[in-house]
Amino acid sequence: MAQTAVVERTPRTESVVSPAATISGGSRITFDNVSVAYGALTVLESLNLTVNPGEIVALIGPSGSGKTTALRAVAGFVRPSAGRILIGDRDVTYLAPYDRQIGMVVQNYALFPHMRVEENVAFGLRAHGAGEEVIRNRVPECLAIVGMSAYAKRYPRELSGGQQQRVAIARALAPKPQVLLLDEPLSALDAQIRRSMLDELAKLHRDLPNLTVLYVTHDQSEALTLANHIGIMRDGRLKAFGESQSLFRHPPNRFAAEFLGRANLLPVTDLRPDGGQMARVRFGQAMLSARNHHGIPADKECLLCIRPHDFRFSRAAEEPNSISGTVLSVQWQGDVQNITLNIGGEEARMTSAPMANPPRIGETIAVHFNPAEVTLVPEDAGRG
Amino acid sequence: MLVWSKPWRLAAWALTVPLFLVVYGLPVGVIVLAGFSGQWNDILPSNMTLVHYSRAFHTDSYDALKASLLTGVLASAAALLCGTWAALALRGMRGPSKRVLDLLFFIPSAVPSVSVGLALLVAFSKPPFLLNGTTWIVLIAHFILISAFTYGNVTAGLARIPADCEQVAESLGARPFYRLRRVTLPLLLPYLVGAFSLSFALSMGELGATVMVYPPGWVTLPVKIFALSDRGAIFDAATLATILGVATMVVLLGLSRLSTKAMVR
Repeated sequence: MAQTAVVERTPRTESVVSPAATISGGSRITFDNVSVAYGALTVLESLNLTVNPGEIVALIGPSGSGKTTALRAVAGFVRPSAGRILIGDRDVTYLAPYDRQIGMVVQNYALFPHMRVEENVAFGLRAHGAGEEVIRNRVPECLAIVGMSAYAKRYPRELSGGQQQRVAIARALAPKPQVLLLDEPLSALDAQIRRSMLDELAKLHRDLPNLTVLYVTHDQSEALTLANHIGIMRDGRLKAFGESQSLFRHPPNRFAAEFLGRANLLPVTDLRPDGGQMARVRFGQAMLSARNHHGIPADKECLLCIRPHDFRFSRAAEEPNSISGTVLSVQWQGDVQNITLNIGGEEARMTSAPMANPPRIGETIAVHFNPAEVTLVPEDAGRG
Repeated sequence: MLVWSKPWRLAAWALTVPLFLVVYGLPVGVIVLAGFSGQWNDILPSNMTLVHYSRAFHTDSYDALKASLLTGVLASAAALLCGTWAALALRGMRGPSKRVLDLLFFIPSAVPSVSVGLALLVAFSKPPFLLNGTTWIVLIAHFILISAFTYGNVTAGLARIPADCEQVAESLGARPFYRLRRVTLPLLLPYLVGAFSLSFALSMGELGATVMVYPPGWVTLPVKIFALSDRGAIFDAATLATILGVATMVVLLGLSRLSTKAMVR
């Protein structure tokens, strides 16, 4: 049977868990100065972060950056060495995982192989002591949410990866948690299914707007597609946090710029205010305009952050904000063309629509950008 | 596949099959044939008969079979329970205490069965722990000898259970006992069945410790076989050896089917 996307809109009803156990203060997740250490090794350092009710916050970062540790600390599988974790107004730092009222979906689905799909979905309800009638109503409802109603009687081994992930999501949603933790939920899927699951997750959150989601991924496109806010982590620290679009357009530091969207960072000097948030900077012989979103003072070293897609071919080198570079490589990737340039000794990437006659390697070309689309990033912040 | 070319594969088979038949098949074949022999003075037995089988099921040999089966089942069940408990308890431990306890649980597999038998005789022959002459001392001997293997099997099984499954169960609200009952033990089932099978097979063939501690009313089949062959009743001993092998095989095949079913899930 062909899979449909998240299909049926399901109204959010009362929690399945006992009313006394529902979370007061909404479903906000608060990391209050949370550190996690294994002996002398600190894997998460003084994390302060709030995920507001109904919001999706994505934590991204390279391997070992502490993002999964942060999620597992909320789930209760990692005990902080310092700080507090709150869900709503409730301090859950020392609460057992089964008392936290969360839903969790992990990378390898972790469906119970000895249970059918419907039994998997009913697991949380039974664990909470829900009655058979509640289970009879809720299980089909959750399977419908993820478009898996037709697979209720199957065992996990009889499902594809994408289907298993849908069941894992249905299982996590069944007890109506107010907080959903997603730990790299799509990374085990192939690219095509990942894209479709991403759409479904976005739709799912539109259907369940009260659900607070903490989403851990190393894939920036997942974070940008789903999250309201993104936290970028490295070496156990939160290096940047902000509203997704703002963070992408105006990364606060070098690491955020490089990790989120692989921006080109050109070292510039001679920063001069140019009215409003705009500034003029010198790159080699060229004077360029850019947005000074972070208000970098005139005497400070900074970087010009240009996204690969913000470069455009110039008709003439005299065009404003135009710089010249030598083509180092040209890669055709179907729907885009990646061109690597040497601009004043710095390697820069640009992407463009596929061209019938792309520039040749070794050729010198002029490119320009819209100053409103590029931003200045402080040079010293975010290093180390 | 280590041998790729067809002629070499055939040569490998031509070497292996006769070797297997001589080393493994011949002794088993001789035992089975001896059970049906009235006389064996030539290369093959003569005067084929069922009298040894008739005797096996109508004398105290039958009691020995029952004693062996009961001892195997009870000792294996106890070892499975304790081995699983120990493995689950040690799984959550870290550091030197875990290593010491781990070693402790494995010690019985390194001690010769005769030493275990002697140790039990010495330990339980005087009040207040007077077990010598009772069935209990046989069961304890078997339990001690097989528990290390049970513990080892269950520990290996636990290491292969995905931790994510159990953690997700907890995140869904499953308290420890509920998680153990609904997730951990079902996932562990193939390893539990394997552990029980191994323990049962070991118990069915155990002689060294049993022969030192068995009471008159609880003679196991290996002890009976040993006694018969010691008296020169080779055909009767061979019959009992065949029955012992078949009984063990039947139980193991049943358990193996159960294990396969659990594995498929």
